[in-house]
Amino acid sequence: MSNIPAEQINIPMKRQLIIEKFGFSVLTILTIATVLPIITVVIYIIYLGAPAISWEFLTAMPVDGMRAGGIWPAIVGTFYLTVGTAIFSVPLGIATAIYLSEYASDNRLTRNIRLAIINLAGIPSVVYGLFGLGLFVIFLKFGTSILSASLTLSIMTLPVIISTTEEALHAVPQSFRVVSVSLGATKWQTIRRIILPQAVSGILTGVVLGLERAAGETAPILFTGASFFLPRLPGSPMDATMALPYHLFVISTQVPGMPIQIQYGTVLVLIVFVLIMNIIATVIRSRARARRQW
Amino acid sequence: MDKIIVEHFSLTYSDGTESLFDINLRIPANQITALIGPSGGGKSTFLRILNRLNDLADVKKVTGKVLIDNIDVLDPDLDVIELRRKVGIVFSRPLPLPLSIFQNVAYGLELAGEKNKSVLNDAVERALRLAELWDEVNDRLHDPANSLSGGQQQRLCLARTLALEPEIILLDEPTSALDPLATARIENSLTELKKQYTIVVAPHNTQQAARIADFVAFFLQGKLIEFSSADKIFTKPVDQRTQDYISGKFG
Amino acid sequence: MSAKKLNLSEVIITKGVQISGLSSILFVLLILFFLISEGVPALFDVPISELLSQRWYPIEGYYGIVPLILGSLVVTLGASIIAVPFGVLTAVFIAEIAPKWLAEILKPLVELLAGLPSVVLGFLGILIVSPFLRDVLKLPTGLTAFTGSLLLGGIAIPTIVSISEDALKNVPVSYRHGSLALGITRWQTIWQVTVPAARTGILTAIMLGLGRTIGETMTVMMVTGNAPVIPDSLRSLFLPIRTMTATIASEMGEVASGSVHYHVLFFIGIVLFVFTMTVNIIASKISSREIKRSERILS
Repeated sequence: MSNIPAEQINIPMKRQLIIEKFGFSVLTILTIATVLPIITVVIYIIYLGAPAISWEFLTAMPVDGMRAGGIWPAIVGTFYLTVGTAIFSVPLGIATAIYLSEYASDNRLTRNIRLAIINLAGIPSVVYGLFGLGLFVIFLKFGTSILSASLTLSIMTLPVIISTTEEALHAVPQSFRVVSVSLGATKWQTIRRIILPQAVSGILTGVVLGLERAAGETAPILFTGASFFLPRLPGSPMDATMALPYHLFVISTQVPGMPIQIQYGTVLVLIVFVLIMNIIATVIRSRARARRQW
Repeated sequence: MDKIIVEHFSLTYSDGTESLFDINLRIPANQITALIGPSGGGKSTFLRILNRLNDLADVKKVTGKVLIDNIDVLDPDLDVIELRRKVGIVFSRPLPLPLSIFQNVAYGLELAGEKNKSVLNDAVERALRLAELWDEVNDRLHDPANSLSGGQQQRLCLARTLALEPEIILLDEPTSALDPLATARIENSLTELKKQYTIVVAPHNTQQAARIADFVAFFLQGKLIEFSSADKIFTKPVDQRTQDYISGKFG
Repeated sequence: MSAKKLNLSEVIITKGVQISGLSSILFVLLILFFLISEGVPALFDVPISELLSQRWYPIEGYYGIVPLILGSLVVTLGASIIAVPFGVLTAVFIAEIAPKWLAEILKPLVELLAGLPSVVLGFLGILIVSPFLRDVLKLPTGLTAFTGSLLLGGIAIPTIVSISEDALKNVPVSYRHGSLALGITRWQTIWQVTVPAARTGILTAIMLGLGRTIGETMTVMMVTGNAPVIPDSLRSLFLPIRTMTATIASEMGEVASGSVHYHVLFFIGIVLFVFTMTVNIIASKISSREIKRSERILS
């Protein structure tokens, strides 16, 4: 290449640089086209939904066929479902991840477990709904209830929690395990004293992201626990409940003459719910990165 | 008195790397025994057998006998936790646990169930003094261990091992990540410590072995070529390969 | 040194953790079992030829699921035509072109889109996208296959962007430097070196994005109009359509358990399961082939 006179390289090079500039611009525009709608939509929802938000809207029962009043039972219901999902999926998911990362060797059983997790992650949410209906509602006779819906959502959430937790455990350097064991620690002592404390923020991020997804789901709870309209709070885990995402579906498609303000207000509350969880996850993650000791 | 007796010991890893073949060796108590030889010759593997850290690795087959105080270390029913408290190890890189200085040193004792605060305090101070670190850190015991310099970290790792009051200390190239000054301090500690402990070290280089070792074992490609007192091995080695290695012809 | 002490809590924890590990397999088997036990009876109630017919009208006993399968396929195809270029190119922009501070802003934004519940996208589809499309394209209704594709594209994009971006980031910097050192522009390096090197990761991203699209329920149910018709021409894109997911979601609530309709809906669940599994298995095959190849290079 050094034999070619400089000016001969320059001409095609110049053309290449023009192409590059053009290409970069096109990609920039495409990215803006992808991202701009997200920002616009969020701002638009805040703009239209904010006027609906009031203390009464958040804490009152819906009245007049849900066309007036508040969304309190839906907020409480989503809270219950999220907590119920966490109770089942968090311990099970973390234990599974610990098994895969710390105990299991690479054998056929482990590969089958991994395959099962990939499968669970790929099953459509409405199929989880069918499964929950078949197993929890009908076969185990839990009925349409918070319990059935939480169990269904838990199984759906498991793969997210398992894979993020496993990733967090893998990120802890192997040398810590060797050192801890060399000082006379058992496997579980090593996990509890060294590995889990180091991985806790990664695990929390995964848990929050998994629960965020569960909180926003509608299809799995349609036939397992969601109630169209319930003018009171659920009294026990065996009761059906209203939930924010299902409520939004109902008032935007099933109720004629629904005031637009209530619809946007409900969307705003749901989005804020999700946004807060998202921000929590991001903050945990970035603080953990800043604090990391290796 | 022979603290460690190794007879016809062989080991194969699953992937076939760095194995040991028919090792026979008697390591005396209260002496520094150095394992020398080119890297990949089996020194690390040998050290990690003595406290069964190789259980964590992918070992395919182990044969022969390794006795410490006449107890078979390879016995699958042996309480390895107790063995590891008795046989401590310091690694080639300073590897403080992600805890405070104090917690690092107290870690092993706490695992063993020691809860008494004053016992822990005393043990930590004693271990840090033995590792010649106490004067530098006694005013900041609760700082994170990784705030120390590399040399201090390595002495912390030594203290962490000493806190368990082991009988044998294994050191796998303990100074390879340190500057000459920090290296000298570790070497001084070791010659001090051999009064109380049996020390087996894979030194950073042959010169280090010459400085500190009482006995030397030369490992080459998984075989023990020669084992004798340091004087003898450095002045008139029996095997030509030992001669070549020490004079720097390969390695 | 004594013989090994049996540490009770250690044993209990080990067992507990092992059982948890097996639970995932149990759940997959349970899901399969319930889909099959509730769905296969449909084959006894309704002859296969009937199931493969073109008319879905359960109230009068017509259980042809072909329009529903085609509906799902059309919407998914439409979504991928939108999501693949936008998703992959956005990933290239974030990973290769955007300055670091901008990438730090863009990534969370895309993740935010991934976190939006699908019912919210459906809501926006009803209130904003579909009236807009109806007016601009002069359609009788804005609730069409195209509307569904557009919004499903929005659901697939974050998956495609974030997995593709990871794949691009994982291409060793030395590849790029090697290419740039030869006097090749960054633009050429992206298309001749980086993207081809990340090819399998990007393919995996696309497949996983598609998997999400086929299984997506609430958005399509809300914006596609839910008319079980066979899409037979390009025009059908701008007419209402009905997917498998929407059918299950909208009808399961009203059927008696154990009825023919109930079993057929579970049968559709099986079909859906097979579809998404196929896509996901292809995706995991692609990514595991990648691992094997890189292992060969390393060893």
